[in-house]
Amino acid sequence: MSERPLVLEMRNITKRFPGIVANDDVSFDLRKGEVHALLGENGAGKSTLMNILYGLYHPDEGEILINGKQVRLGSPDAAIEAGVGMVHQHFMLIPVMTVAENIVLAAEPTYNGVLLDFGEAEQRVRELSERFGLSVDPRARIEDITVGQQQRVEILKALYRNAQILALDEPTAVLTPQEARELFEIVRGLTEQGTSIVFISHKLREVAEIADRITVLRRGKLVETLPAEGATEASLARLMVGRDVLLRVDKTQAHPAEPLLTVDDLHVVDDRAIEQVKGVSFEVRAGEIVGIAGIDGNGQTELIDAMTGLRKPLSGTVTVAGEVVTSASVQEHFDAGLGHVPEDRQRRGLVLEFSIAENIAVHDFRSAPDSRLGWLFPRRLLERAVRLIKEFDVRGGGARTRAGGLSGGNQQKVVLAREIDRDPRVLIAAQPTRGLDVGAIEFVHRRLVEERDEGRGVLLVSLELEEILSLSDRILVLYEGELVGEFPSTVTEEELGVAMTGGGRAKEAVA
Amino acid sequence: MPRPRAGRRMTTTPAPGPGVDPSGLGPEKRASFIERYGISQRAEGLAAPLITTVLAFLVGGLVVLVTTGKNPLTTYRAIFEGAGFSWFFDLGSNRVGLPFSDATIWFPWNVSDAESVAAANLQQTLIVTTTLILTGLTVAFAFRCGMFNIGGQGQYLAGSIWAVWIGSSFSGLNPFLHIVLAIAVATLGGAVWAGIAGFLKATVGAHEVITTIMLNWVAIWVGSFLFGLGGPLQNDLQSSVPISNDVVENAFLPVFWGDALLQGLHVGLFLALAALVVYWGVLNRTTLGYGVRAVGFNPEAARYGGIGVARNYFLAMAISGAFAGLAGAIDVLGWQHRLSTSDIQTSQLGFIGIAVALLGRNTAVGVALAALLFGSLVTGTSTRNLDPEIFQPELASNLTLLIQGLVVLFVGADILVLWLLRRARGRR
Repeated sequence: MSERPLVLEMRNITKRFPGIVANDDVSFDLRKGEVHALLGENGAGKSTLMNILYGLYHPDEGEILINGKQVRLGSPDAAIEAGVGMVHQHFMLIPVMTVAENIVLAAEPTYNGVLLDFGEAEQRVRELSERFGLSVDPRARIEDITVGQQQRVEILKALYRNAQILALDEPTAVLTPQEARELFEIVRGLTEQGTSIVFISHKLREVAEIADRITVLRRGKLVETLPAEGATEASLARLMVGRDVLLRVDKTQAHPAEPLLTVDDLHVVDDRAIEQVKGVSFEVRAGEIVGIAGIDGNGQTELIDAMTGLRKPLSGTVTVAGEVVTSASVQEHFDAGLGHVPEDRQRRGLVLEFSIAENIAVHDFRSAPDSRLGWLFPRRLLERAVRLIKEFDVRGGGARTRAGGLSGGNQQKVVLAREIDRDPRVLIAAQPTRGLDVGAIEFVHRRLVEERDEGRGVLLVSLELEEILSLSDRILVLYEGELVGEFPSTVTEEELGVAMTGGGRAKEAVA
Repeated sequence: MPRPRAGRRMTTTPAPGPGVDPSGLGPEKRASFIERYGISQRAEGLAAPLITTVLAFLVGGLVVLVTTGKNPLTTYRAIFEGAGFSWFFDLGSNRVGLPFSDATIWFPWNVSDAESVAAANLQQTLIVTTTLILTGLTVAFAFRCGMFNIGGQGQYLAGSIWAVWIGSSFSGLNPFLHIVLAIAVATLGGAVWAGIAGFLKATVGAHEVITTIMLNWVAIWVGSFLFGLGGPLQNDLQSSVPISNDVVENAFLPVFWGDALLQGLHVGLFLALAALVVYWGVLNRTTLGYGVRAVGFNPEAARYGGIGVARNYFLAMAISGAFAGLAGAIDVLGWQHRLSTSDIQTSQLGFIGIAVALLGRNTAVGVALAALLFGSLVTGTSTRNLDPEIFQPELASNLTLLIQGLVVLFVGADILVLWLLRRARGRR
């Protein structure tokens, strides 16, 4: 590998933001045709480093060399000019335009420099996709193609502009296991043709699989750059977190008892009156964790909303601990014994401007002991918060700290503390570890298993297959608003993946 | 290592945090005014409003300099004196006995002086401040629930109209009861007026900015109709003057400083101060206030938590309007004692409340201070207080509006102020 020339060197990069050093003397290099993974927890400085590479931030110190020449990347335009391409986690595509139109956007081929030449655009896109083995239909509209294909369009967009260095930011976050596999094929194909790839991720397994070398960042600092060969998930986790991490969840056999959450033939429509949940029935028993797997947008959000009182179902019933709560208010759901860890803790789970104490009171502030006759007792709110902060090991602030000032993991601990402290019979946990770092994931997982062992029913809705597999005692697969399968926890990721994409039903035609 | 407290800076910089896209690379979302205002509100404590004020005065001074060629400092000094603040300094060398002792202390102002020009000016300043505290709270309370109530003027007029009707009727009533009744009905009138907008937002989602502006006009024209020539509440004795009946003397708010016949300072000031306490208490010490703030900060999280968002929109708007209705009652019973159609059409105090709330950052103390600032400006630039030698009377009253506009502009352009602050900090 050492004979390959360096295409990119970032030397001693330091970037400070007020109150935080996002990159502290970080050096990173990339050889031609190599996949170099950038690994780190959220907030470790991966994105900052890549934004510097893409000309969005200017480093306070350090220099960047591309092909041995020092460059100043003052803007994304300059970065593209220098051969840097970037595929963001959130795609930047225009849904109503075609694949070809999106790819040539801002660098359109024209007749006589005035009129757009769509034929030429399509032709070039075809050439590119054949050369790199990225099959997409240039005439398809973005809104009609799958997420995996959209990602290919993003990659093609970068290649169209002659990117030699391609940065992929958490590229598998939105993909199914199958799509991820296809992406890996594409990445290998690209490197064979000489493109160099920076692969940003916090998923240990895929990093170990795809990368040639791995650079680990922790809290803005470079921990180590090591060859992927010989790196194990456990060793990488230790580098990333700085201590030994329990990657597998320890749990005993479940002993399911009486049903606590029963959903019967539930139909739910979304805001546009489109039916998103089509006759779902299942139950969650005391002492078991039931996982609902599925690709994002297959009705999970509407199902959760309907079970928790946030959305009135069209028909069907929801029963919590023997009480029918189908059309009850949110508060009545909570009173019936439901706990709900919402999928988006920043938008829903917390009022970020409120203190921890105020956030913890959000379900209870209307009743004693938090308040009496409409008069609030902030001291009691604080006392409870102090107790829970200790019990759940919330770090980074006290009871009066604004929730928005906490890290994601600690925010999630506050949400968990609030829900669990109310002693619910059933806990619905939606995406409970999204965006959390390894240490916090470990905590949340352990806690969910503990709650199961306490005799609560736990419903886990997650897009992370690994999470579903390691926590659940039973797994249900949600596909296009229907439960298409039930599996024991011993099922393989591949089997689940097949069910999640419609279980053999021909879906390719849609594209 | 201790973390920095309560993320003061975290909010203004894209500090990498989990769950958010720390790169700022995500689809660039243009924050709404309310969102950006929320940011500035959290961001910089006392510094930002002070800078805003100083900037506004600097630009105002520049306008004075350019348009009149006079020294802006002289102008501001004239405003300062015109607002009556010289009362605190002119009459030094007074000694006042300390209660329960033989000792006397030097007092920088003369408490027995109630009738000098300075005292009279200061009384006017405080009368205006009283109103502005309440109209400021009107805007501030709605803001805390995430709404922009631009209808303070209409709600103020609704209160004024009810107060003048009750105040000029029931002439035999016990004075205390009469005042309480007029104030209660006027407050309710303001609450109902704003409640209409709140109800519409809660039920059909009509935007409160639109509905409150419309309701302003409805209030103005209803008032013009009621007191206009031939209107149902027009003066019984002077059929050719578009004016209401006079409030009976029994229903006047008692004057506790200055001459009651010359618009001395009435007890409405204490009602306004009490309203500040109520404002703080309701928001911070009641379940209602908790719900209002939760909805204001994050309606989605409030809904998830089981808080009725629509209900809080309605309640917050009604309470907001109650402050404006109270302001109307206090003005009518305290010094206006009657309403003419031109009063109704030219009154501005409801609108200045927007600037007061913005500058005061929706806190009780902030609103009080901002109300005092704008109260002084309004009184200090009123033409009778100014020497035309110093600057033209035409500019005088407009300067208040100018500074008011600049404050709103600068608060809206909080990014500018924050940028200045951050630069200053970066140098340190």
